[in-house]
Amino acid sequence: MASTLETQQPPAGAARSIHQRTLPRYAPAAVFGGCLVIGAVLTGFGLIGTVVLGSVIYLVVIYVLSRTVESSRKAADRVVTGLVTSAFVIALVPLVSVIYTVFSRGLPVLSATFFTSSMRNVVGEGGGVFHAIWGTVYITGMALVISVPIGILTAIYLVEYGRGWLPRQIRFLVDVMTGIPSIVAGLFAYALFVLIFGPGIRIGIGGAIALSVLMIPVVVRSTEEMLKLVPNELREAAYALGVPKWRTIVKVVLPTALAGIATGVTLSIARVIGETAPLLIILGITDSANFDPFSGRIATLPVFTYYEYIQPGVDGSGEGRAFGGALVLVLIVLVLNAVARLISYLFSPTKA
Amino acid sequence: MATRTRSEHPPVRRGDRIFSATALGAGILILLILAGVAIFLLVQGVPGITAGRGSLSGRDSFWAYVGPFAFGTVYASIIALVVAVPIAVGIALFISHYAPRRVALALGYIVDLLAAVPSVVFGVWGITVLSPALVPIMQWLEDNAGFLPFFEGPTLTSGRNMFTAGLVLAVMILPIITAICREVFLQTPRLHEEAALALGATRWEMIRMTVFPYGRSGIVSASMLGLGRALGETLAVALVLSGSAIYTFNTLAAENSGTIAANIALQFPEASGTAVNVLIATGLILFVITFAVNYTARKIVDRRSEFSGAN
Repeated sequence: MASTLETQQPPAGAARSIHQRTLPRYAPAAVFGGCLVIGAVLTGFGLIGTVVLGSVIYLVVIYVLSRTVESSRKAADRVVTGLVTSAFVIALVPLVSVIYTVFSRGLPVLSATFFTSSMRNVVGEGGGVFHAIWGTVYITGMALVISVPIGILTAIYLVEYGRGWLPRQIRFLVDVMTGIPSIVAGLFAYALFVLIFGPGIRIGIGGAIALSVLMIPVVVRSTEEMLKLVPNELREAAYALGVPKWRTIVKVVLPTALAGIATGVTLSIARVIGETAPLLIILGITDSANFDPFSGRIATLPVFTYYEYIQPGVDGSGEGRAFGGALVLVLIVLVLNAVARLISYLFSPTKA
Repeated sequence: MATRTRSEHPPVRRGDRIFSATALGAGILILLILAGVAIFLLVQGVPGITAGRGSLSGRDSFWAYVGPFAFGTVYASIIALVVAVPIAVGIALFISHYAPRRVALALGYIVDLLAAVPSVVFGVWGITVLSPALVPIMQWLEDNAGFLPFFEGPTLTSGRNMFTAGLVLAVMILPIITAICREVFLQTPRLHEEAALALGATRWEMIRMTVFPYGRSGIVSASMLGLGRALGETLAVALVLSGSAIYTFNTLAAENSGTIAANIALQFPEASGTAVNVLIATGLILFVITFAVNYTARKIVDRRSEFSGAN
């Protein structure tokens, strides 16, 4: 035992490199603070300029410092850490700005009337999104009813049953379908219903079909990934007990993957609920509520927001309603995500 | 041999047969939908391709009409990708390998939420907030980098040009690329990472040796999805960009190449007759472009995945 330990002793040179000189832990923070001060002085204390210039100076200083004290490898590491962190900060700026803009300009518009009235006979001030909210809810709901069974069954086929060239082709084309531009999906629905009902058709079910085209590939891809993550041991255990394959899938594989599938489906809803372009094509816009998905124009939140913004009316009050609509849309998305997290938490098998 | 073939060929149950047939049917339905998209666009688009000058805004042929828009579509998307991919990879790395674990979870949620911000919201934000804010930067670029064809100027004072449109697109595809890259980076086998660290690699060297090789096809696939969204992005561009049917690399001036999708969204509600077919035909062109991009990207992913160790 002792002899083996001795042969594993590292050579003296390696031992020295372990005790290499390093910068103290507080060094990056201290250097960054110093660079911010320099940046503030140079740019005259503007917030954005200070942060940008300070970060650039920091990257240079920490590289030189680390290279002289530590090594060029450590220096590169520290620079990359700085770059990666600043990438995150850069991304947060527009995202925070979007949320802030929507909330600050949308909140004053929200009121009981805004939610309970449509735009019927509204000129100038007043009016609301009642018709658009319901349009969005049931068009998206119909798309969901169409997409989820098709998507999940396809994923099951790809993971559990598919052998040979067909699943490879399907998987490939699903990937291609993911890239279908939303407006093309709208044109597809229009082209489909023009053949049946003639030119200029605007119909609710067309919107649901257009959204399904966008939704199905997302559901398939996310479900497929989740099914792949289910350990093969679970399936084999079920087969060993004599459980038929389809019951194994329904009772073992799907429940195991349920949390992930729910998250994927919710993300797909979140993706399509804000889709404007296809609904602009096939649903158009209207001022009144229309609960018949098989005839006529239907207003939806995204299209409502778009039209209120580009056609704000003579007194410009539409711009306010546009931001109100945008805020409602963002809120719906937030709630959907919260619900998905909740479902995924409640049904997660890892909790047991 | 006494048990004979029983264990090798279990009986096929009726439930199994129904279930697998249904699953297969769903898969084939997807192929039919995709074929349907191409066929219906073709049926409605062909009259547009052969349309006369009257429906083509005075252009001689359909190709002369769609050309500038196709150019603008690709140009705006490339600007968006060039800006977004490095930042997205950086954010994904930050969340997966740099941020403290507890914070990382929350940051992941934030990115997920922002992937869902609707395009029309980004468009309205782009007009009201981003374009005015970018004008000083554009002015600076025009003054200091004006020798490049991209920044020739003169800068449009409203800021509603290709520069802003490209950046709005970059912001829009950023969350998607980030979310996928992050998932891929997180799936790097922990043993690979720990082995690299145990050999004395710094964190950056560990990422270069384990995370990137493992996640390369994932990064390409994420960029592809981002590009797909950027190519087909409609409303944000329709709102932000004041595009027209010209070819130009200049991103700052008032005259910009429009994009196919934005053009359809702006023209379609008021169009009638053959003009509708022309717009559907441009949609078909957009479909072909995105199909080609996705096809190429998938091929790259397939080829690289042999080396990535991701399988």
